[in-house]
Amino acid sequence: MSDIIQINHLNKSFGSVKAVRDLSFRVKEGELFAFLGVNGAGKSTTINIMCGQLSKDSGRIFIDGHDLDEDMDFVKRELGVVFQSSVLDSALSVYNNLESRAALYGITGAAFQKRLSELAKILDFEDLLKRTVGKLSGGQRRRIDIARALFHKPKILILDEPTTGLDPQTRRLLWNVISGFRKNENMTVFLTTHYMEEAAEADYVVIIDDGKISAKGSPLELKNIYTGDYIIVYGVSEDAVRKLGVEYEQIQNGYRLSVPDTRAATDLILHNTCLFQDYEIIKGKMDDVFLAVTGKTLAGGSEK
Amino acid sequence: MSASFILIKRNMKLFFKDKGMFFTSLVTPVILLVLYVSFLGNAYREGFTSDSPGTCKLSESIVEGLVGGQLISSILAVSCVTVAFCSNILMVQDKANGTIRDLRMSPVKSAALSVSYYIAALTSTLIICFTATGVCLVYVAVVGWYMSPADIFFLFLDILLLVLFGTALSSIVHFFLSTQGQISAVSTIISAGYGFICGAYMPLSSFSEGLQKIVSFLPGTYGTALIRNHAMQGVLGEMQKQNVPASIIEELKDSLDCNLYFSGNRVSTSTMYMILSITIIVLIGIYVFLNKSEEYGG
Repeated sequence: MSDIIQINHLNKSFGSVKAVRDLSFRVKEGELFAFLGVNGAGKSTTINIMCGQLSKDSGRIFIDGHDLDEDMDFVKRELGVVFQSSVLDSALSVYNNLESRAALYGITGAAFQKRLSELAKILDFEDLLKRTVGKLSGGQRRRIDIARALFHKPKILILDEPTTGLDPQTRRLLWNVISGFRKNENMTVFLTTHYMEEAAEADYVVIIDDGKISAKGSPLELKNIYTGDYIIVYGVSEDAVRKLGVEYEQIQNGYRLSVPDTRAATDLILHNTCLFQDYEIIKGKMDDVFLAVTGKTLAGGSEK
Repeated sequence: MSASFILIKRNMKLFFKDKGMFFTSLVTPVILLVLYVSFLGNAYREGFTSDSPGTCKLSESIVEGLVGGQLISSILAVSCVTVAFCSNILMVQDKANGTIRDLRMSPVKSAALSVSYYIAALTSTLIICFTATGVCLVYVAVVGWYMSPADIFFLFLDILLLVLFGTALSSIVHFFLSTQGQISAVSTIISAGYGFICGAYMPLSSFSEGLQKIVSFLPGTYGTALIRNHAMQGVLGEMQKQNVPASIIEELKDSLDCNLYFSGNRVSTSTMYMILSITIIVLIGIYVFLNKSEEYGG
């Protein structure tokens, strides 16, 4: 897979505040890339620079092989963005909104109608076309936001906390649609999210803190480096668990033991086969990774 | 259909869908007409009857024609600019609610975006101001009609130019605004102040000499003078026919700002058109330049 996004030594300051410091990373074509950080870490600044909304102080950005400084029009055609909060015209109908946004990419007339009916079918908003955007529910509006971002068939879809505030059913629908586009059109997804279970599905994760990269790798690599494993064992007494000499906590119907890694878990089980009759080994979560890397936690849209 | 055309359509739809914005703009000239007729009509009437020398008493019909012409020219001169400021707030609202980020995400040229705001605001303002002109002409027809078809043609031309000027000026001012609070503050200042500095509320001839000099540098003043000339030309011509001495008519024209002076020299109507046209071109140029320079500024 080739690199569809290359960011090299990116720097951006606002007065004395260094928002982005020497940021470099790659995103491979077709992958789901998660870009994580607390509010103010530099995520939005990086995205705004990538989209040509902000100038950078230094560094270079290549999108699909094209230098942002030299071919902004090409880059803009390659990107579709779903913003944190909807930026559609709430007083206009869904149809009027999509018509005006499609025209920005030169999609009008029959081409507009064709693409509209494709997306309306996929995102299930055929019956919403005449409705005013301001009167839609959060989930319905999000579907229209995604349709707007995908209208010009971008190669890269930037999702800036796309599911914040949505109900689980709508979140599932959106992820199913996005997965479909990734599979069928090899679309790259650049995701920022505060939901770590979404980040856990990514192919590659970059965590930034204070404008710098704090950690990067696949979720598995990050879990292996920054978190331990857990063994949950059922149907045993606390005395037996205590004798193992590892950190543990009581949970319903059993105990959760903390071990440094999977090898340590295997060793512990092999040396205590009588005790481990009913058990499971669980990897650490992305929340634990994030906490270990930044010293901060993310929960449902706000850092703690 | 081009992107610019669809953007203009979008901007106009948003303006007319926003009932508050549309009705405020539409009702403003009508409210002004009612207020002018109620509070200033008598003052103007008394001014015309008491100032005329005993030897040339003006007929009631002429006085009503003069009052009507002065009232509508003042209202229209103010409305062309204040309504433009009201119609043109979409560009600030798009910044306030983040929509501009979405529009600028696309490869559409910055000039196309800025021109679409300008043309949409211009069209909305023209619709409202031409409607207001129609209402004003009905009022004049009721109180005392002396206007020729040529006067009406030039009156509409003056409105067009002043709306072009007002829209360009508001586009530049609004370029620097980004919140609803700022829009309200600017609208209040423009509504309260523009009528004075363009000579609509009070004739410039009643200002001090220094102030007259300052306002003679403001292009909007010449727009007011053009409208006043074409709204009152008919009734002044009628006075001439009724053998009112030319010196008195000239004096009246001076006091009503039909005649404007720059450094002591009288400014002709054609020069007023030229000043207004050049100002419009310069303002639009500044507006497009500002938008282009912001393209990568974020």
